[in-house]
Amino acid sequence: MTTFLLKRLAIGLVTLLVASIVVFGVLEVLPGDPARIMLGMNASPEALQSLRALMGLDQPLVTRYLNWLGGMAVGDFGASITYSSPVIDLIGERLAVSLPLAMIALLLSTLIAIPVGVFAASRRGGVADTITMGTAQVGVAIPNFWFALLLVYVFAVGLQLVPAGGFPSWNEPWAAMKALILPAVSLALPQAAILARVTRSAMVEVMGEDYIRTARAKGLPRKRVLWRHALRNALIPVLTILGLQFAFLLAGTIIIENVFYLPGLGRLIFQAISQRDLIVVEGVVMLLVASVVLINLVVDICYAVVDPRLRVRR
Amino acid sequence: MSLLEIEKLSLSIHGAPILREVDISVASGEVMGLVGESGSGKSMTALTLMQLLPQGARASGRVTFDGIDILSAPESAMCRLRGDDIGMVFQEPMTALNPVKTIGEQVAEGIRWHTGANRADAEARARAMLERVGLPEKQFPLTRYPHELSGGQRQRVVIAIACALKPKLLIADEPTTALDVVLQAQILDLLRDLVDENRMSLLLISHDLAVVTDMSDRITIMRHGEVMEEGETARTLTEQRHPYTRQLAEASTHVPARAKTPVQKGTTEPLLSVQNVTRDYPVRRESLFRPAKPFRAVNNVSFSLDAGQTTALVGRSGCGKSTLARMILALDRPTSGAIAFLGEDISAKSEAALRPARRNMQVVFQDPYGSFDPRHKVERLVAEPLHLLDEKPGQARRRELVAEALEQVGLQTSDLDKYPHEFSGGQRQRISIARAIITKPKLVVADEPVSALDVSIRAQILDLFADLNERLGVAYLFITHDLTVARAITDTVMVMHDGEIVEHGITNDVLNRPATEPAKALVAAAPDLQRALERRLEKVERA
Amino acid sequence: MSAESAFAPPPERHFLMKALTNRSFLIGLIITAFIALMALTSFFWTPYDITRLQVSDRMQGLSLAHPFGTDHMGRDILSMIMIGARNSIAVAIVAVGIGMGVGVPLGTWAAARGGWVDEMLMRVNDVVFAFPALLSAVMITAIFGPGAVNAIIAIGIFNVPVFARVARAGALALWPREFILAARASGKGKTLITIEHILPNITNLLLVQGTIQFALGILAEAGLSYLGLGAQPPMPSWGRMLFDAQTRIAVAPHLALFPGLAIVITVLGLNLLGDGLRDILDPKLRRER
Repeated sequence: MTTFLLKRLAIGLVTLLVASIVVFGVLEVLPGDPARIMLGMNASPEALQSLRALMGLDQPLVTRYLNWLGGMAVGDFGASITYSSPVIDLIGERLAVSLPLAMIALLLSTLIAIPVGVFAASRRGGVADTITMGTAQVGVAIPNFWFALLLVYVFAVGLQLVPAGGFPSWNEPWAAMKALILPAVSLALPQAAILARVTRSAMVEVMGEDYIRTARAKGLPRKRVLWRHALRNALIPVLTILGLQFAFLLAGTIIIENVFYLPGLGRLIFQAISQRDLIVVEGVVMLLVASVVLINLVVDICYAVVDPRLRVRR
Repeated sequence: MSLLEIEKLSLSIHGAPILREVDISVASGEVMGLVGESGSGKSMTALTLMQLLPQGARASGRVTFDGIDILSAPESAMCRLRGDDIGMVFQEPMTALNPVKTIGEQVAEGIRWHTGANRADAEARARAMLERVGLPEKQFPLTRYPHELSGGQRQRVVIAIACALKPKLLIADEPTTALDVVLQAQILDLLRDLVDENRMSLLLISHDLAVVTDMSDRITIMRHGEVMEEGETARTLTEQRHPYTRQLAEASTHVPARAKTPVQKGTTEPLLSVQNVTRDYPVRRESLFRPAKPFRAVNNVSFSLDAGQTTALVGRSGCGKSTLARMILALDRPTSGAIAFLGEDISAKSEAALRPARRNMQVVFQDPYGSFDPRHKVERLVAEPLHLLDEKPGQARRRELVAEALEQVGLQTSDLDKYPHEFSGGQRQRISIARAIITKPKLVVADEPVSALDVSIRAQILDLFADLNERLGVAYLFITHDLTVARAITDTVMVMHDGEIVEHGITNDVLNRPATEPAKALVAAAPDLQRALERRLEKVERA
Repeated sequence: MSAESAFAPPPERHFLMKALTNRSFLIGLIITAFIALMALTSFFWTPYDITRLQVSDRMQGLSLAHPFGTDHMGRDILSMIMIGARNSIAVAIVAVGIGMGVGVPLGTWAAARGGWVDEMLMRVNDVVFAFPALLSAVMITAIFGPGAVNAIIAIGIFNVPVFARVARAGALALWPREFILAARASGKGKTLITIEHILPNITNLLLVQGTIQFALGILAEAGLSYLGLGAQPPMPSWGRMLFDAQTRIAVAPHLALFPGLAIVITVLGLNLLGDGLRDILDPKLRRER
């Protein structure tokens, strides 16, 4: 088990390292002169010069990369030129919105999808199966930001139950939660549709395995076999998809925050793009990439918990 | 009154008839053998008894078990029967156990479910049961997972699950087909002992007449979903009243007529010469800090093969015989040692330099379904080795050569434009042989070429092999776990054990008087219809 | 018997018959064909010219003249959706093309070579997987500014590891098969075997994955152009139309309705087509039905 996890950890770190080279390459090397991009064509030579000095553009590439990497390792992501504050502070502020949003959405979609998938698989070929899977089929096709618009129209504009956008602050927890409900639901439901389909087909596949027949031959009723024997085996492919989905969920968060004007990482990165604040873009992209890698590591740990074949004994 | 009474059982799945008016009865404490070739409906009969049929199955007739009408029993009643009064053992031990649950949980689960025992009691009973089937807790604690056990050990766990509550009837559906002969003998012994101890009835399903004869008091022979003959084992098989019974018995012991090829020793250089060949495989390291010791699949093997000679390579599964064959075919390279074919070392040659050797050495595989690219027609499939010719034949010539090869193996020219799935298993094995002989090779390596075939088809394919050996003078290296096949078709035999060749000699000498322990074990465990029948007759007379 | 059904018969023989009896395939095919036809028609004819802004006609509701209404600049929504289909389909097709063109050779190569080549490729895949298409698009836009090409590149890059994985997994399952060993015993090299045996036998997998990625590409493109990272005005795109509709949702909800429906129907059609293809081509799944 430890060997397996150590290996995955090492792979995760290498992935992160290579990803950092990619980000650095795209944002700092590819443009030639990042300072010119950040300040635009009409920038004065003096301003350019001072920004270049600030970003350390006069240093050799490798030194710059290592400084940048070393800085991030101790939480120094550089300073934003538009907000003139450290990027890490900006990220911290925004994370207070984005992280809860992503977590609620992930939880919501998992809690909906797995029972629905198991239920559909247990009624395979029946009316309930057809209806739930037909709904899921449509759900998969719905873009989350459009779904968000529909929710806004119905619950914010029409019924006026929740605000159409904006975020108060966590000082008013109730209002804050209310502001996050629609974004979370619009992120979670299309995701849940995918996950429910995966769960169902994994369950159907597992139900055809020999060991299910063995369990039935013991005299266990179908239901018990479904929950006690099939589900845990079916979770293995479901976990894989869950890990992959997290990346989509993050991307979705960026879009959804723009729909609801939520002051999260997504808004931050967008303002940074329009202001050409490359330092902020770099920091946020690295953070998001790191969280995808981290989640995949967590998924690997879950694998080892679910599947004893991965827990290699001494 | 019999324990199990099947009367006029008919079964169809999605309208396709599977069983027709099957009658079988099993008395209390009796062992009933159910024999038949593939498609005879023997497994479906068993699943009907358990009411675990696939969707769309419809059964009619009458099945009475211990006074209960099975076909009309509600699911809840069946749940009470299954695992308590009827236990079942399946064919594939590798997949029959839930990979994410410990063996203790899996054995105890049925006990808890049926008896309502608490966890500790159920585990104690599971422990005792596992001990009884040969998995003592010292070496096999209840917390083991299935992937930590070998195939034979897993089958013992499955048997423990089935017998945990001492059922009145045990159904064993090809319980040893996936195991090698030595394991087969051990598992059959275990089943026999358990049945005797607990006075269970046993319904033993097998395609192997010898196995069934050895085990059963009575025998039912099925074909195409119908019962052909039924009766006391020894009498049924000695009298052979039904023509199909005779056919089955003859096919099981079939020996192709072969003119004894004079073994010319030392006159010419050997066709194939293997010298001190060793093959190591790296083992996945289990710890980052300890380098893993490689697994030695083949250990210092040497032998030679003369032109036109047929040799069997026999041994238990995992003994390294397939690895050796792959190195001879230059599909894998030895870690050390040399393999010379037609006087040239082929163990380290480049793919281009191997062409002349490959032309003279072809292969026939076990699985008649997996041997062909499903997207190609027979012409293209059989013509594949022509790629090895220095001068590629034209379209017309190619067709001619393929047609010739097909004719050699008893197929028609009209088969050229068919896809492999349009043929039966036996026909596909013929196509496979046609592909192997199209370049007129001097050696054909055959890896278990008949073990996936039904006995009657097997007899025909063995005849074909013998015939081609005689007509074309092609030498064979026959890899097989089946000593009957080795006896039937080969001049010499090599017995392999743990990567080494432990015995090598004239086939009948070695198999009749094995000298080493591994060879003796193999011979003793090999099912043999004649011997089984003799033993059975003795038993009847004594009684 | 089980061995028989586990084995794929050549698809071309019974494909048509199975296709005509498979409901999801048929519905998917009809929807996809309809959308494609709509996009093609828009090259020659649309109900209105969308380059002419008619402010007097702005934000009209549904009428006979404008069945889907008009937008805030008086342009006909139906015409915009028709032209938007072009953009969506073009981006998705090119992105799938990039993914297949790069991913499949890489995947089959890794499977054939094994060892460190395989390991390397899988690690590179891990890295690319860590960048959702949106992140790549964000980075590209930050440097080069927004445009439809960004969307294509970003989605295309994300497709590469997907196809590489599918091709590799399919090829790895085939390599130990006996018919491949027989081909090797016939002296065929790895490249020739890959071309003759591996590729034709993984076409099914790639086709199914292709339709899935196509659908995902449409969704991703819509998301990117909604954020302004994709096609730029005046080129109409479904995502951009939704962005424009957002601020006016209280007064003219129909502006948000139709472009959204266009996306849902297109993606649904492609997914149905993919599901149908899988049922028809994959005997393992077919058996479970």
